[in-house]
Amino acid sequence: MSDTTKTPTPKGTVPAAAEDPTAAAVAAPAVDPRLLVREEGFKGYITEFKRKVKGGELGSIPVVVGLIVIATVFQLNNDRFLSADNLSNIGYYMAATGMLAIGLVFVLLLGEIDLSVGSVSGLASAVFAVVVTKHGMDAWLALLLTIVTGVAIGALHGWFFARIGVPAFVVTLAGFLGWNGLMLWLLGSSGTINIPSDDGPVSLLGKSSFLLDQDIVGAYLLAGLAVLSLLVGSFMDQRRRRAAGVPFRPTSEIVLRVVALAVVAFAAAVMFNNSAGVPNALVIFLVCLVIIDFVLRRTSFGRKVFAVGGGVEAARRAGINVELVRITVFAIAGGFAALGGMFFAGQTSSATMLAGGGNTLMLAIAAAVIGGTSLFGGRGTVWSALLGMLVIQSISTGLSLLNMEASIQYMITGAVLLGAVVIDSVSRRSQKAAGRA
Amino acid sequence: MIHVSATPVLALRGASKRFGAVQALTDVHLEVHAGEVVALVGDNGAGKSTLVKAIAGVHPIDEGVVEWEGRPVSISKPHDAQELGVATVYQDLALCDNLDVVGNLYLGRELRRRGVLDEVTMEQKARELLSTLSIRIPSVRIPIAGLSGGQRQVVAIARALIGDPKIVILDEPTAALGVEQTAQVLDLVERLRERGLGVILISHNMADVKAVADTVAVLRLGKNNGTFPVKDTSHEEIIAAITGATDNAVTRRAERRTTEAAK
Repeated sequence: MSDTTKTPTPKGTVPAAAEDPTAAAVAAPAVDPRLLVREEGFKGYITEFKRKVKGGELGSIPVVVGLIVIATVFQLNNDRFLSADNLSNIGYYMAATGMLAIGLVFVLLLGEIDLSVGSVSGLASAVFAVVVTKHGMDAWLALLLTIVTGVAIGALHGWFFARIGVPAFVVTLAGFLGWNGLMLWLLGSSGTINIPSDDGPVSLLGKSSFLLDQDIVGAYLLAGLAVLSLLVGSFMDQRRRRAAGVPFRPTSEIVLRVVALAVVAFAAAVMFNNSAGVPNALVIFLVCLVIIDFVLRRTSFGRKVFAVGGGVEAARRAGINVELVRITVFAIAGGFAALGGMFFAGQTSSATMLAGGGNTLMLAIAAAVIGGTSLFGGRGTVWSALLGMLVIQSISTGLSLLNMEASIQYMITGAVLLGAVVIDSVSRRSQKAAGRA
Repeated sequence: MIHVSATPVLALRGASKRFGAVQALTDVHLEVHAGEVVALVGDNGAGKSTLVKAIAGVHPIDEGVVEWEGRPVSISKPHDAQELGVATVYQDLALCDNLDVVGNLYLGRELRRRGVLDEVTMEQKARELLSTLSIRIPSVRIPIAGLSGGQRQVVAIARALIGDPKIVILDEPTAALGVEQTAQVLDLVERLRERGLGVILISHNMADVKAVADTVAVLRLGKNNGTFPVKDTSHEEIIAAITGATDNAVTRRAERRTTEAAK
């Protein structure tokens, strides 16, 4: 706001005017003239948008631009890229890595990194496979055990980081190797364990499992539910805020947002129905996103995570148990890594030596960062896991459509990750210049 | 000054504190009444910070009595002090840059409604609080990073008031501020007094002390070195108490200047 504070205004910061009774005017939600107020209506959006971009708040612009570029390039090279089947494929395959990215968003919000999520996801699928096939455990119970394993591993990382003071980078790098080793040991000489996929979580997460058994109502139901909850939620919020006399979102803006969501949601629904339906894995991924978004934005715990990411010392002085928040966050990351591992197992109906290896970790980190969650902590939303995964999965699906070799895929993914981090760093710098970081 | 009650809200009697071989505080007395601004002054290492940390519960005292509204209490951890109604505003690192003003004001004691953060009530109350303190901030929904140093300091002080404290400790609130921001903070200190709060103000700046304090408590080498009512005490007397002598570089210089002026 540096550009505004300089502007001299009659209601400026002159302390001599302290007795000025205009303070009483606060009863009606008066807006400080120094604030760059958004004009009502559509024109206001454009001015606000321009100002934000200038200030380095790129939000989801890089993602949208990236998606358009990716879609154009691949569509020109292979006209199957924008087909319903391929897009639906992207929707299915992005869920697994997306689950890892959700956990990473938490860790990144603290300004830390978790390098072990890939290995933990592989280990999780191995644990599940072993207890189900060798010990005959009930599949749902085994799922619970698997998630608990992930949470415990994450909590262990968090404990080493928060209590012992080992940098998170090193702890999770050790985990990256160690848990991968444990997975190989569990899988034994065979290297692959096939998991029966007639029912249970693995079949639910499989490629041929769809919401409401492919009934076209399923997709529309989802889209309608999303639009309706945004509509009702926004208007309820507006009413409460208006009653309390605090600034509220104008109706025009709410309508615009709801319409935008409706267009995207129903377009996606039509697309999925043109293919085979909405994959259950994607539905679970979306439900997790909604829940986690709620946790991060609307609960004390979420506020604490942001506070620790924004200023450890300030958080500590506010009475926040920083160690507990850190351990919990790493435990959540471990839990989501384990869940993601189950998604991978669902894709292949097996636990393999390769699960969670290769570039899984890099893709998950890249997704969170591309989606707009800062590596420097304190800024981001869980939706970046969705947006980032759209980009990442489009690239890798597109590359395999073009029959690119793994070598090329790795190089491109590496470049994309670097690009995302560069955008993050540059936008942070211009945000600092604009006094917003 | 408004009414000053007979029983001090907070009183330290014979407080002593050792750190290893160092006797940081020796038999220190301090009284703070409701509606009184007590400036705590002293040279570096005089024990100001130790005394404040003792009151805030960061470093409990070894000997002596802390009295709260006339009855002895024990403050052994920061939580005890907060429970009693002592709020401490540190000079730095008090706010989270990425959270907005409302988020910072309520950090660690968020209001909840059915288990969910009650943003509307928090925003409403934050606006009320800021307006009763005549604090002008462009919007309570912009991140702290977008505020100036002075605005941050007043937000930090306002934050201390959320818990309805009776004593507010300000640790060099104007140390890093410009002229205008300093004036804002001093205005705010006066408003705290008008609300009947006891304020302990640590400052190296005599002009600030003279401007807002009612009483000056001087510490020197971990001991009381006089408590003065501000309006009857000259600048030089306070300086003399701080430095521990009437004959020192500061008074010699002042003397030289008066004799020169007399010529």
